[in-house]
Order: sequence, then structure tokens, then C-alpha cells
Amino acid sequence: MGFTGFLWFAIISVMLTVYVILDGFDLGVGALHLFLGRTDDERRKIIKSIGPVWDGNEVWLLATGGVLYFVFPQLYASSFSGFYLPLMMVLWLLMLRAIGLEFRTHINDGIWASFFDSIFSIGSLLLAVFYGAALGNVVRGLPLGPDHYFFLPLWTNWTVGSHPGVLDWYTVLSGVVALVALCMHGANYLVCKVDGELNERARKTSLVLTPILLVLTLLSLVATLAIHPNITANYNALKIGYVIPVLVFASLVAVIVFQKARKEVLAFVSGGLYLAFMLVGAVYSLYPVILPGIDPQYSLTIQDSITSAYALQVGLRWWIVGIVIALGYFVFLYRMFRGKIVLDNHGGYGD
Amino acid sequence: MDSAVLIHRLHFAFTVTFHYLFPQLTMGLAPLIVALKTIGLWKNDERYHKAARFWAKIFGISFVFGVVTGIPMEFQFGTNWSHFSRYAGGVIGQTLAMEGTFAFFLESAFLGLFLFGEKRMSQIAHWWTGFAVFFGSWLSGYFIVATDAWMQHPVAYNLAADGKSVSLSSFWGLILNPWAMWQYAHNMAGAAVTGAFVMAALGAYYILSGKHVDQGRIAVQVGVIGGILASLLVIGPTGDGQGRNLAEYQPATLAAMEAHFDTKSADLVLLGQPNVETKSIDNPLVVPHALSFLITRDWSSQVRGLSSFPESEWPTNISLLYYSYHIMVGLGTIFMLVMLISGIQLWRKKLHETKWLLWILMLSFPLPYVANIAGWMTAEIGRQPYLIYGILRTVDGFSKSVSAANAWFTLLGFMGMYTLLAILFLFLVQREISHGPEYVEDALPAPVKGGAAAAGRN
Repeated sequence: MGFTGFLWFAIISVMLTVYVILDGFDLGVGALHLFLGRTDDERRKIIKSIGPVWDGNEVWLLATGGVLYFVFPQLYASSFSGFYLPLMMVLWLLMLRAIGLEFRTHINDGIWASFFDSIFSIGSLLLAVFYGAALGNVVRGLPLGPDHYFFLPLWTNWTVGSHPGVLDWYTVLSGVVALVALCMHGANYLVCKVDGELNERARKTSLVLTPILLVLTLLSLVATLAIHPNITANYNALKIGYVIPVLVFASLVAVIVFQKARKEVLAFVSGGLYLAFMLVGAVYSLYPVILPGIDPQYSLTIQDSITSAYALQVGLRWWIVGIVIALGYFVFLYRMFRGKIVLDNHGGYGD
Repeated sequence: MDSAVLIHRLHFAFTVTFHYLFPQLTMGLAPLIVALKTIGLWKNDERYHKAARFWAKIFGISFVFGVVTGIPMEFQFGTNWSHFSRYAGGVIGQTLAMEGTFAFFLESAFLGLFLFGEKRMSQIAHWWTGFAVFFGSWLSGYFIVATDAWMQHPVAYNLAADGKSVSLSSFWGLILNPWAMWQYAHNMAGAAVTGAFVMAALGAYYILSGKHVDQGRIAVQVGVIGGILASLLVIGPTGDGQGRNLAEYQPATLAAMEAHFDTKSADLVLLGQPNVETKSIDNPLVVPHALSFLITRDWSSQVRGLSSFPESEWPTNISLLYYSYHIMVGLGTIFMLVMLISGIQLWRKKLHETKWLLWILMLSFPLPYVANIAGWMTAEIGRQPYLIYGILRTVDGFSKSVSAANAWFTLLGFMGMYTLLAILFLFLVQREISHGPEYVEDALPAPVKGGAAAAGRN
């Protein structure tokens, strides 16, 4: 596969991590929206806190998908067709969530405002669960056939066996971990972006959720070891890897410490690091497999799936240019909208 | 109706048709908004800045719907067409990834700045943000057309030893595919026709209803001038160039589009119904030998008829292909006439009083949508029975692991979802139209309101 191949594998992992961290906080904010926003003003503040950034964050999903497509065509083909049903539902949820947000910012009218608040919030919540379950599916392994294809029903008998569904007890656990993780991340973000009572409420939420997340993360670690005793193979082969789970837990402890010390930004960054280390840990255990089969001989590796060396090299040239420009936009965007949210008299934002 | 490949095709056809209602308007309006902005700067005339602001809001709504309905397009390559993706991802993934990396980030960042940043920057800087949005949306269009062009006319690839996939052999070969050049120019001219007609229609509505008459005149003026250019360009050289591409690279498609069955000097069919059984046209109205002239500039040249190709190479739905093509061409001719007549009246400074013409302008805005969709149907139905012309058949490209029932399930889901989206879109646009261009001024957000990537959300 060569160095360029490895580099692309690393690039895609990083892009996916950036997506999870960025869209993660606005999904978390969405999932907490109904619970944290008690008055109309508070809810408008919450929406305004992610207003300028959420769809830019979502572009990372598209960009990552595009890169994945050209670097690993076989992976794209196998995983997208295999996860057909859940992916389509993710698409619908993304749309519903956008509809909720859109209407919410245009209609400041009693029952309809709360209706669209709910659509936005429930859409965000389910997306968080779906993303967690998706990652859980990959770690658990998929019923890949000799042709590297598979098709997953939504559920079968809820057990981790030779004939799994998208949802079983293990992936549901992953979904719950993801939901709590993104809610924590969203709460940390809100602490940075709002002041007053809402700030205090978000901070308390983060302080309640983070210890829960610590326990859930430990639980999912145990569960992973139980269904996959040999998942530690890479860690044993290159022992430095054991530092990753340590960092996972350390970053959660850091969230609590920083939230207590009212270091808002540091708490948010620590939460982001937790998400990053979780993903790095999963990738580290799977490498060089990118889509593990329940029957390991059908697992899809980097080597099986990667495109030609020429395409990788030429792609690297434009990608570096493109991503530097894109990062420039993001730095500019987040700088422009830094600081706490202030509501104006008109209501809504950008109307 | 339960053949899996058919449902997967319907799935893509439905979602892409709905999707393309939005980008054609954004790509079409973008240069007109830049034009308004430019005139505003040039004449230092606040009315044109106001018009630019108003149209940017319509643009923004359409943009967000384009994004929301565009995400499923990228997904569907993998979900519904996994064999195609595995086969060709190494080539067309390149252009799709470039679209995300270059165009989407650019658009999402600058649209917000254009919509909400005007008071925070100089007018020159604001002009540049508008230009960046225009550039981003047209760049995005190029990558998508280059992707489709590769499926129409595959170039710059190597076939793998096992014959199961292709890989890229020349980056610039892919980017500068000769098919993509004409197709892109033709497509963008088509989008510009939509933008111009929509702008002129709303302007005509404002004039006729006596509301915002001043802004209505600006919209009609800019819309008609843009419309003249666009409706001429869509015919020649771009439409003509695209036709000659077909003659060279997809002669069977061209023969089927024109229902030209026997190899001989070819007539240009204006009206009539193709009869595949008798290999003739029922109720024909034709311009004798005109097709021969258009292809070779020689009235008597021989054009290969459909009968000279094996039936396995024939497009699978000749009648629909024929009609799509003729609807596109017929409407294109009407667009040119409407815009030229409006242009003459505008030049005589009588357009704003010519009520019947304003009525025509107001009512004809749906037609460019029909023509653009018909044009894409011509391209995609004409490509059949291939998914990648000449090298991969459609029946070999879909996801065999996804059953017809599952494809039906999600197709119906999309139909429901898109009904909601359509209602929402009409509601939001109607709201902007009834507020009118003057409203924009009052409600222009104070600094720090809204946001960059918040872009189309308004």
C-alpha cells in the first residue's frame, strides 16, 4: 500500500474526527435543546449559538465522504450498500433536523415554535445514537461475504452473533455512549457560548453527564473486550497504544476539573479530545482492517480497497491546497462569531 | 415494476430531479446578483444594492435546499449503485471529492458573509464575497458535470487486470474531458436561463401588481438582458457543440433522440411521435436535411440511423428520450423568442408598459425548470443501456445486496420527505416575495447577527 496509502488512511481518519468533533457539538446542543432551554429566549439563544456554524460543520461529512469514495472505492461500495437502511435514515434525520432549525428561526409563534424545537431536538438526538451505533457496528464486525458485500437488517435477535442486525445490545450501548458523549460535548460548547442562568445550567449538565460518560465508557470497553477478546492484538504488538485508553479517561477527568474551575474553553477542548481519542483507539485496534468481517478472512483491509498509486498522489496535491484554504475559512468563521451570544430585540437570527 | 434495477434507477431519478430544481436556480441567479452588485457599485446606486440583497435571500433559500437534497446524491452512489462505485470510484471519486473540498467549503463560508456581513465590510469587499459565492457555485457545477461527462464519455482510465475496476491514468485528462467542456457550458447556460426567467418573472409580478414597481423594473431589466444572453448561448455554441459531441461519441443516442432510423441525409424533426415498430415518425413536421447540416455543415451528408446499430446498443427508452430532447429544444426556442421580443421592447423603453409581455414573462418561469430537467433526462436516458458509456452496463452497476423492497421503502420515504421540503420551500420563498425587496432593508441584520455558514438558512 505504501506510504501514500497510509497517509490517505490517516487523512480520512483525521477528517472523520474533525467532523465528529465539529458536528458533534451542534448535535449535542440539539439533543439538549428541549431540556436546557426553558423559555423561548433561552431556546433562541441555544439555536443562535450553533446558527452560524452547523452547516459548515456538516460539510465535513460531505468532504470526508467524497475523499473516502475516491481513496477506498471498495470500502465506500461495501459499507454504504451494507448500511443501506440506517444510512437512509441518517439522511432523513439530517433533513428533519434542518427543517426544524429552519422553521424555528422563521416562525416565532407559540405551538409551532415548540413543535419545530422538538423536531430539531429529536432529530439531533437520534442522529447521535445512530452515529454511535454505526461505530459500534464497525468495531463488532460485519457479515461480509467473499465478495466483500453484506446487507444488515435493522435488527435480528439483538445478540452479537453470526447474523447480527444494525442494532444489538452492543451497538445500542455504543449508541448510548455516543449520545451521552455528544450531549456532554454540546453542554461544554454552550457553557462557552452563553451566559447567565443558561450558562450555569449547561455547566451543571456537563458535570452530571461527564461522570456518567466515564462509567459508560468503561462499560463499553469491557463489553468490547468481551465480544472481541483479540481486539487488543495491535495494542500488544505496539504497546505504546495503551496510552490511548489512558488519555480517553484522562480527558474526561479533565472535563470535570476544568468545568469545576470554570475554565470553559479548556473543558470544551478536553471533551473534544475525548471524542478524538475514542476514535483513535478504535482505529488503532482495527488497523490495517478498515471494515472487519465477522469471518476475519473476508475483512476488508486498506490494501484490498485502496485505489491506484497515481490517483493517490495526484489527489494529495489538490487535497493539501484545498484543505489549507478550507481551514482558513473555518478559522475566520469561528473568530468572527467568537464570544457569548446576545439576543437582539427582533428575535431569531439573521432574519 | 419490481425489478431491482428499475427501482434503483427511479430512486436516483426522483432524488436527482428534485435536487436539481435548486442548484439550477442558485447557479443561474449567482451571476445576476454579481451583475446587480456591479451596477450598484458602478453607478453608486443604492437601489441595485438593495436588489442584490433581496435576490441573495432567494438565492440563500434555494442554496440550503440544494445542500440538503444534495447530500443524498453523494450517498446514493454507495448505497444504491455500489457495483458502479467499486468499479469507477477510483476515477469519479476524484471529482466528487474535489467538489466537497474546493466548492462546498467556499460556498458555505462566503454565502454567510455575503448575506450577513455587508455592514461589516466595504462595498468592494462585499462585492468580492458575492463573486466568491458565484465562483463556488459554478465550480461545484463543473465538478459534477465532469463526473457525469466521464460516465458519458469515459477517458483517462486504465482497466484493472481482473476487469472489475478502473483507475485514473491522467488527472488532467479527467478534468479536461472534451465532453465536459460543452456539457458544462450548455448546462450553465441552461441554469442561467432559469435564473433570468425567475428574476424577470418576479419583476413582472411586482410591476403588474403595482407593488415595489421600482425594484420590479430593475429585476425585469437585468432578467431580460441576462435572459437574452443565456437563451442565445444555450442554443449556440453550447447546444450545437453538445450535439456534435453526441454525433461523434454517442451516435446511437443522437439517432434515437431524433428518431432517425435509416442511414441517410437526416431531417430535423420538429413535431411527431416516434414509432419504434415501423421505424418511422407518425404525424411528422420536419425541416428537410437540417439535421445533416447541423452535424456536419453539409445538407446532404449521411447520418447513421438507429437501425445500423445492434439493438443491444439502443437506448432503452427511445420514446421518452425523444420527447425529453424535443421538449428541451422546443422550449429553448420559445425562451429565445420571449427574451428577444422583451429585449426589443426594453430597448424601445416600452417593456414596462407592455402588459401582455409582462404577463408572459411572469407566467413562463416554470418552463426553464422543465427544459433543464428535460435536458438532463436526455443526457441520462440517452446514455442507456450503459451506466458508463461503452464500458459498464446499468444492469451491472446497482447494489445487488439491496433488494427491490428495500429500495422501494426508501424511495417512498424520500417522496414523503421531499413533499415536506417542497412545502417548506414554497412557504419560505412566498414569504420573501410578499415582504418584497424593501423589507430587506429594514430587517438587514445588525452586526453579529446570523452567521457565515448560516448561509442559506434564511
